[in-house]
Amino acid sequence: MTPPLQAARLVLSRDLKLAFRKSGQVIQPLVFFAIVTTLFPLGISPQLSQLRDVAPGALWVAALLSSLLALEFLFRDDAHDGTLEQYALSGQSLMWLLLAKTAAHWLLTGLPLAVMGPLAALALGAPVAAVPAVVESVTIGSIALSLIGSIGAALTLGVRRSGALQSMLTLPFSMPVLIFGARATELAIKGENYSAPLYLLGAMAVLGITLAPLAAAAAVRVSLE
Amino acid sequence: MDWTWFHRLASPPYIYGLARRLVPWFAWPSALLIVAASVWGLGIAPADYQQGDGFRIIYVHAPTAWLSLLVYVTMGVAAGVGLIWRMKVAHALAASAAPIGASFTLCALITGSIWGGPMWGTYWEWDPRITFELLQLFLYLGYMALRASIDDTQRADRTSAVLAVVGVVNVPIVHFSVIWWNSLHQAPSVMKLGQWAMPVSMYGPMFVMLGGFTLLFLALTLTRLQAEVLARERAASWIRDAVGTNLKAVNT
Amino acid sequence: MGRTNQFYSTETGPVTLPVDTFPDGAKPLNLRDSRAIAAPAAQHGQQPRTPMPGATLQAENLHLWRGDRHVLRGVSLAVTAGECLQVTGPNGTGKTSLLRTLSGMMYPEEGRVTWGGNDIRDDMYAYHADLAYIGHEPPLKQDLTPRENLRFWVGVRRPVAVAEIDAALERAGADHWRDRPVRTLSAGQKRRAALAGLVLMSTPLWLLDEPTTNLDTQGQALVGNLIQEHLGRGGLVVAAIHHELTVSGPGLMRLELPS
Repeated sequence: MTPPLQAARLVLSRDLKLAFRKSGQVIQPLVFFAIVTTLFPLGISPQLSQLRDVAPGALWVAALLSSLLALEFLFRDDAHDGTLEQYALSGQSLMWLLLAKTAAHWLLTGLPLAVMGPLAALALGAPVAAVPAVVESVTIGSIALSLIGSIGAALTLGVRRSGALQSMLTLPFSMPVLIFGARATELAIKGENYSAPLYLLGAMAVLGITLAPLAAAAAVRVSLE
Repeated sequence: MDWTWFHRLASPPYIYGLARRLVPWFAWPSALLIVAASVWGLGIAPADYQQGDGFRIIYVHAPTAWLSLLVYVTMGVAAGVGLIWRMKVAHALAASAAPIGASFTLCALITGSIWGGPMWGTYWEWDPRITFELLQLFLYLGYMALRASIDDTQRADRTSAVLAVVGVVNVPIVHFSVIWWNSLHQAPSVMKLGQWAMPVSMYGPMFVMLGGFTLLFLALTLTRLQAEVLARERAASWIRDAVGTNLKAVNT
Repeated sequence: MGRTNQFYSTETGPVTLPVDTFPDGAKPLNLRDSRAIAAPAAQHGQQPRTPMPGATLQAENLHLWRGDRHVLRGVSLAVTAGECLQVTGPNGTGKTSLLRTLSGMMYPEEGRVTWGGNDIRDDMYAYHADLAYIGHEPPLKQDLTPRENLRFWVGVRRPVAVAEIDAALERAGADHWRDRPVRTLSAGQKRRAALAGLVLMSTPLWLLDEPTTNLDTQGQALVGNLIQEHLGRGGLVVAAIHHELTVSGPGLMRLELPS
């Protein structure tokens, strides 16, 4: 029997390898994030002073939407070619393997957002001093988003056209991440202490790591019945 | 401990019969309480010194808002029972409760908005409770949409049950984060529903109405449950007997 | 032999049905009788085997519903070490459902599946560690090569060395295209790569859903040989299959699902 850590590493490296062979899947959500961010100046005003007020919200709404877009790729292919079935029958904990999958997904779609986030924030008029806060909050927040999203992705495995439904299921649960993430960014732009919302984001991420794989594994097993 | 009662609850014919017998016991008291609360609330209770008669909509608003949460928790618990003990009747119960919970939520939103008109001078205010109520409506709609998009009843049951359980865990988090969000963004001068002290004569009707609506929820859910059980068990032989006795009862 | 099976005894052959009425050692079973038990068709005491202790897969009175369809109606079966159960029947009679129920993925409304005498629900992980299941589609990633696929797929279950993978690919006749992306392979070539994975998993119990699909005559013979070798090692096989398996010998049983 493969030790659990080794099994998780294999799942992770398989997904990373696949993603690099098909890099479009990784780049699309990032381009989407950039485009959504561009929409706000065009829709509101080119004045940086005005944009600065909406920057936190715009940034986080864009992050939320692009993480949602990326979820399409989380379980779909694996469900299709029988890989999820093999995971479920592998004798390993399915929760654990799904957590590894979600980790790979976050590395591919969440972590790049933490790099893109500051650029978008600067473009929307945030001061350079706010950059560390944006990096920290987007890094932690995207962990929570990936985990919440994994539940939605697993729940819609049995549904043919699942895009809209997936948003409907995932977004209400993602509200707290939006609230705390935008708050941390806002405080940082104002030059205030942003640790409180950051801790709350951290709490959400930890809660997600403990509970989300449980729900996702249950949903995956139901989809295999 | 004797678990026969629990196993009996899992039997569709038993549940169908039980629901049929129980509905009148909930429906009539519910009608009585709702009428009593309406008379008391609209006619007898004193008008508010600030808002006049406008506040009386709270007698509908507050109980429906409370029920929107109660129904969701009921749904989550039923779904959890169905998931763990593979009890189909529990899934049927969760499925029957969802549209009723969504209706209560919608009702709370509409009455809140109507109340907001005279009170805030606007029909929509991003008040934490109303925002939360809106999210609650989305949760119901998501649950119902997920059910509707899966053809196989068993799979729809179990998938939506996972969602309902996740929802029950998540509702408090969403609730507190919305309150936290609001306390940072909103001017404290706006009156919030919860921090409004009322004399007994004013909130009495509210509790009577709450009782009435809760019984209404039970009566409606059990009625829907009967239909749900019939639809699911349409191939089973006991249905002919059950419907047959019904027809006999109608004839005599 | 030390096997304790309440339904039949190995020494005397099946108790309920005469063996000699069926040629080539296979025996159809009437499943309308809800307690029909698949039993070995002949004595196999002479054959040298290394039986795994307690390795018996049993299903008792399985009933499975899919919506309004009563898919499995009281299926019972028993397979022990060194035996292969061939599940036949027209399309839509629940062969796949039976295999998925045996694997523990589907939950029967009634009845239970036991492995080594224990209900599989009691320790699902331990049961799955003993089980290899190959469904309709070979579980291979289009963008990886067969070698990579096997490294990840089998590696999650047990540590495998590259040499082992290559040997298995060779055994399955898939070594010529082991470094080509699966996307570029034909359906039969993919099937062979999946068979290599099956061998590599080295589990006592194989559940195979149409293992010969898309395979040429040689490939079908290969499936037969792999099964034969597996039985020789004391393995158990349950295979849903249309074609006649090129397996012979005392370990082969047949279960015909009624339409």
